[in-house]
Amino acid sequence: MPLLLLGIVTIAFCISRLIPANPLVAIVGERSLNNAKVVAAAKTRWGLNGSLPEQYLVYIKNLLKGDLGTSFRTRQPVTHDLLHRLPATLELTAGALLIGGVGGVALGAYAASKKDKPADHISRGFSLLGSSLPVFWIGLVFLFVLYARLGWFPGPGRLPPRTKPPDDVTGFYTIDSLLDGNFTLFRQCLWRLVMPCFVLGWAYMGQLSRLVRAAMLDEINSDYVRTARAKGLAERLVIRRHVLRNAWLPTLTILGFSFAQLLTASVLTETIFQWNGIGSYAVQAANTLDFPAVNGVSLFAGLAFLLANLTTDVLYAVADPKIRLA
Amino acid sequence: MSQPSTTPLLEIRDLHVRFAVRGGQVHAVRGLDLTVHRGEVAAVVGESGSGKSASMLAALGLLEVNAAAAGSVRLDGVELLRAAPSVLRGVRGGRIGMIFQDPMTSLNPVLEIRRQIAEAVITHQHVSPRQAEAKAVELLEMVSFPDAERRSRSYPHELSGGMRQRVMIAMALANDPDILIADEPTTALDVTVQAQILDLLRSLRQSRDLAIVLITHDLGVVAGLADTVHVMYAGRIAESGPVVDIFHRPQHPYTAGLLASLPRLDRPDTELTPIGGVPPRLYEEPAGCSFAPRCLYAVESCTQMEPILQRVNESLVACSVLPLATSTTEAAR
Amino acid sequence: MSLLSTEPRLNLDVLPRSSGTASPWKRATVIGGLIVAGFWFIVLFTVQWWAPYAPLEAVGKRLQGPSWHHLLGTDALSRDVFTRTLYGARQTLPVSLAVIVSAVTIGTTLGAAAGFIGGRVDSVVMRLVDITLAFPPIFLAMAVAAALGSGLRNAFFAMVIVWWPIYARLIRGQVQAVKHRDHIQAAVSIGATRWRILRKHVLPMSFTPALINATLDLGQVVILTATLSFLGLGAKPPSPEWGAMITEGAQFFYQWWIAVAPGVAILTVAMAFNFLGDGLRDALDVRAKR
Repeated sequence: MPLLLLGIVTIAFCISRLIPANPLVAIVGERSLNNAKVVAAAKTRWGLNGSLPEQYLVYIKNLLKGDLGTSFRTRQPVTHDLLHRLPATLELTAGALLIGGVGGVALGAYAASKKDKPADHISRGFSLLGSSLPVFWIGLVFLFVLYARLGWFPGPGRLPPRTKPPDDVTGFYTIDSLLDGNFTLFRQCLWRLVMPCFVLGWAYMGQLSRLVRAAMLDEINSDYVRTARAKGLAERLVIRRHVLRNAWLPTLTILGFSFAQLLTASVLTETIFQWNGIGSYAVQAANTLDFPAVNGVSLFAGLAFLLANLTTDVLYAVADPKIRLA
Repeated sequence: MSQPSTTPLLEIRDLHVRFAVRGGQVHAVRGLDLTVHRGEVAAVVGESGSGKSASMLAALGLLEVNAAAAGSVRLDGVELLRAAPSVLRGVRGGRIGMIFQDPMTSLNPVLEIRRQIAEAVITHQHVSPRQAEAKAVELLEMVSFPDAERRSRSYPHELSGGMRQRVMIAMALANDPDILIADEPTTALDVTVQAQILDLLRSLRQSRDLAIVLITHDLGVVAGLADTVHVMYAGRIAESGPVVDIFHRPQHPYTAGLLASLPRLDRPDTELTPIGGVPPRLYEEPAGCSFAPRCLYAVESCTQMEPILQRVNESLVACSVLPLATSTTEAAR
Repeated sequence: MSLLSTEPRLNLDVLPRSSGTASPWKRATVIGGLIVAGFWFIVLFTVQWWAPYAPLEAVGKRLQGPSWHHLLGTDALSRDVFTRTLYGARQTLPVSLAVIVSAVTIGTTLGAAAGFIGGRVDSVVMRLVDITLAFPPIFLAMAVAAALGSGLRNAFFAMVIVWWPIYARLIRGQVQAVKHRDHIQAAVSIGATRWRILRKHVLPMSFTPALINATLDLGQVVILTATLSFLGLGAKPPSPEWGAMITEGAQFFYQWWIAVAPGVAILTVAMAFNFLGDGLRDALDVRAKR
């Protein structure tokens, strides 16, 4: 585990130092490149002094202090940037997990109960669609149809145009507006979450529903289901209390993997919906060769993924009595 | 021991069960006739594939979706095969309890056994969850489950095979049913545990005046517990009769063959005499008697006409070559 | 009882269809997949002979909707969208195929080595795999592509780096499973060299799952290529790559045809290969048959 951490950190470092283009250009501008003093000052300031191994050590040292360097673009500490943008991404991800999770289980259970009938094929087609299309395209289509043409949903962005954000307590606009007592704003922010969360959660919903369907079909032919029926249980209860309770265990296995996909898709969703989260930060960083930021985001992504996998393992152990009591 | 009463409790008439499989159909049960009386222990004996499990599952409507059943199954005069789902659900666990062969897979692995038994109680009785759980513990004590109160919180995988089967029995008897259908209850268990479970069934039968349908392929199990034996072959009854008659004076060649093939403690040196041939594949609809190909007494007409059940003394036998000479059957023993 | 039809019902006279027979749906999807994939391959090689216009030329009025002259309209630089969509196959498909082939090759080599030789080699390779897989693919791809600069070629390298570990892990698992089977021990006992064993016995058996996986993955790689281009890290305008076209389409939001066409193209490719992979799995993976 610690080795993995070190590996992640090192890879992030290597990538950011691999940039062939000279980052100094972005920092000091073309003209000043000949000015030795300016360049030297910039190098010191931005940690570009010394050989690569030396830089690596400085990097690690700073990392342990929680210092991810300073972004070339925003001139702010990367850590600060990331923390500032985290709530937006979390809002999006949480909403997507919720929609995708609930929708996925419901869809999967429904498809399993109507196996091989048209409803089953339709729901499987739906999930196939989700995984065969790029997220950003789905987002564009949704925006176009539901916002531009039909006007059912508001446009991109966390806030209505020309609106001030609520006072920054948690960074979550929804929570903060509630804390402010501003219910209109709360409703507006919540409503603006719906479309991006749905777009983000669609692929997850598709995967989850397929897994739930397969797991349910597996369990439904089990002996203990027969016993439950032999007790006189109504079918609805059989499904809920016996089949689903066993079927959802395998769905935990994709949780970690899905989280990675969600992080991935959030990059794109944030771009399309003009969401100021870590995803759009990453895109801007990549496009402007802002390598401390690139580094910081990669690290963040790797760590988040690691955390997600750990959580999955823990959840699995808690949920399965065979493991829990072992 | 109470004498089985004369009004039939469970009456099965001309039951047919067919399964849809890759490449066609399997006619698993072909016109089964079987009667069980109140308080009677009826053993249904046959090889694998004889249709014994399928017939009982059909009675309760528990067959898989690729199965179809026809005929008549009456519980106290109420037709079960065409009953409304709500009626069937009332019968299942309420008037008929069922236990299955493998208690490990037949119990929900993620629920405590107390909850699973309580579920059986709540489904049919208007009690609070707490009362149901208390009843569950009582039931466990009834089936001689050791340290019932504490261990009722266990999960199935923490129990031994015998314990699990006791849990199944407790669950099946939770609502004081009239009949307990036991589908190969001891097959998956060790021999010593088998005996314990059979003892338990015997005592429960006495204390509750319970009718038991005991499905098994093990004649040893039958001898100790059953009042009546129904021998099935290829989806039909070959012979039905009181246990003593079946064992000492078998009429159907198949029954005789079964008994003859049993290894016996009192004749350790004799060779085992299996029945030659193999059971028929149930895809085909054979003409005539399905046992004929393997039968030592078969004659020409056996392969043309399907034998009907005839009464011979206390038994019903489906054989056209009756009556078998008594000396022949005794020699076969 | 509304939604639920899982309850077993006794169909007294009508025998329900067996669940074991192959569904006609399945076969239809596989055939559909073959047709679509075939179509795109034909486009790949022959489009220059029959496309209505040239992909980079201005040929009419800008931002026109679909019409008889321009089946999918024109874009901001007056180029024919239909032509560009077709030519887009030439950008996206070869790169995606190259990524898959490279990733499978590298992954198989390293995975087979790790599985077969074991020991230190195995540890090193697996560490590498774990570390690479610890990053969500997009971030890694983005970071590498950013480091290397934009352009489809650099995107190719980024994607190969992201994709090979999956196959390494897959093949390693296969090789390890096969290694312990009896007939391999038999081959060893008669003195066959390890290389020969690897080549003749182990690899052929491990190959099938890799093939199935690769086919299923192709759609995902196509999507990733388009994604990187969309983010400005892969192909750049004026290239008619599908992702880049969608970026343009996002700018001219109300001229929906500019973004829809390439999206539908991606959809057809991804679904086609998904169906093909599924069909392949049913045909080849004997163990999956029940």
